[in-house]
Amino acid sequence: MVIETTAVELGRRLAAREVSAVEVARAFLDRIGAVDERVHAFLHVDAEGALAAAAAVDEARARGDRLGPLAGVPVAVKDVMATRGVPTTCGSKILEGWRPPYDATVVERMRAAGLVILGKTNMDEFAMGSSTEYSAYGPTRNPWDLERIPGGSGGGSAAAVAAYSAPLAIGTDTGGSIRQPGAVTGTVGAKPTYGGTSRYGLVAFSSSLDTPGPCARTVEDAAQLHAVIAGHDPRDSTSIDAAPPDVVGAARRGAEGDLSGVTLGLVKEFGGEGAEPGVVAAFRDGVEALVKLGAEVVEVSCPHFEYALPAYYLIAPSECSSNLARFDGVRYGLRVGDDGTRALEEVMSLTREAGFGPEVKRRIMLGTYALSSGYYDAYYGQAQKVRTLLSRDFLRAFERVDVLVSPTTPFVAFPFGSRTSDPYQMYLADLYTIPTNLYGGPAISVPCGLSEGLPVGFQVMAPTMADDRMYRVAAALESTQAPLTPPAL
Amino acid sequence: MAAISREEVAHLARLSRLAVTEEELDRFAGQLEVILQAVARVGEVAAADIPPTSHSVPLTNVFRDDVVRPGLGPDEALSGAPDAAQSRFRVPRILDEEE
Repeated sequence: MVIETTAVELGRRLAAREVSAVEVARAFLDRIGAVDERVHAFLHVDAEGALAAAAAVDEARARGDRLGPLAGVPVAVKDVMATRGVPTTCGSKILEGWRPPYDATVVERMRAAGLVILGKTNMDEFAMGSSTEYSAYGPTRNPWDLERIPGGSGGGSAAAVAAYSAPLAIGTDTGGSIRQPGAVTGTVGAKPTYGGTSRYGLVAFSSSLDTPGPCARTVEDAAQLHAVIAGHDPRDSTSIDAAPPDVVGAARRGAEGDLSGVTLGLVKEFGGEGAEPGVVAAFRDGVEALVKLGAEVVEVSCPHFEYALPAYYLIAPSECSSNLARFDGVRYGLRVGDDGTRALEEVMSLTREAGFGPEVKRRIMLGTYALSSGYYDAYYGQAQKVRTLLSRDFLRAFERVDVLVSPTTPFVAFPFGSRTSDPYQMYLADLYTIPTNLYGGPAISVPCGLSEGLPVGFQVMAPTMADDRMYRVAAALESTQAPLTPPAL
Repeated sequence: MAAISREEVAHLARLSRLAVTEEELDRFAGQLEVILQAVARVGEVAAADIPPTSHSVPLTNVFRDDVVRPGLGPDEALSGAPDAAQSRFRVPRILDEEE
């Protein structure tokens, strides 16, 4: 069946003309039509645009044009990315109906590679959350259990891939928003090195952390999409001007199943407390499987990891309070209360009050607090210093080990409503993913068995610009695992 | 550290340009209190002599050549505006009546 085929295999069949890009696009659009009412992975399906893009790929192939390995393969895009002429809401009422006049660099590169964009996926509002419950348009449901969360913020992208509604998807990872949804939906999610993929055209949440990356069902599929979107972009001033690592080659090498000479580091401070026993057990099985492939394991100490969550929840809200100032009801989006009698500032406050949801308001106020004079040094300034110490922990660890490994998230998919009343309980979902964001290195989540019938994710963290290393280890682990298939929808 | 009053939250909401309701003030005050207590733990780290990290990529002042490139025309730039007039964004009045 087309929809269950990997992106790499679809690319091969398309190149061999065993199937057309239009047929492939139709198969996924039909699948979305059949299941998305229940899953709600998509906020907008662009059937017309997808079929036109697919037809263009078929024509190019008929002409004999040289096409990339993913030409004609469909992809779903998180609604945080600007797509020219296609609604982009960021999961927020404040951007309802906005159609950007330009494409994000990631989108532009995918179009140039012949990928077919199916539509925009659901997310926690402005990418703030771990469950999609903070989407203004209602949550996405986990294909493994429709009463449970699909992770967040990129739950829509992960659920679309897990539900076979798309072979590939794009996410963004600020504190775990690609990896944690990957973990709880039994899919692969990779956060590239910060600066390795462009932020141009991404609605900014926390600019020093935001990183676009791939979601897929296999490690090699993720690597292929990673290769399409990676690389220097002059329009993003924090983009790294260096050749991206060969992630596809590394994934293939890893799949051969030989990890001799590779040293894995277990972070002592992650210990296991706070994680569900089933998650810890599945993770340990994963480590054992890698040891059987020849990897060595050592324990390393990263003493500042325990301050990662507090530092993150000062740095990210501070940057968000500044970035989200642009939603002022002037240039795009909602405007409320402009009845001719009210002054600008009042209209602005009414617009933001009506347009933002509770988590976004909390974070804007938290960031405003952390940045205000009198508190700046104790909160934001101190968090930035902790960020330095935590990055040094990573660098010291990578002197001894090639990669660090951990569970991706402390718990499997939780039921809706179980963590929304206490916002800090939601933040704990990112306990193991956040250190990497603060350091800036790459990390990937790869499926590693089940706990209580629900998927567990195994995280591999690598040094900055060594994205290839994490793909190699992730692909090796994948080669030891039976494929995870969610119950039929 | 990290006790936050309802009045402080009201002040933060004003600074943040959020016209929050009374009910929201009550709720946010309690929630921000819990969050602030948790994040205040960064203060336990001895970091007096440690330089801050604002960004993981050590880049400063990235320049490019000054080349003319296509940009958005006025119609495209205004396409998402809630209100526009004469190729400009129209905004509510900025000054109060008495000014």
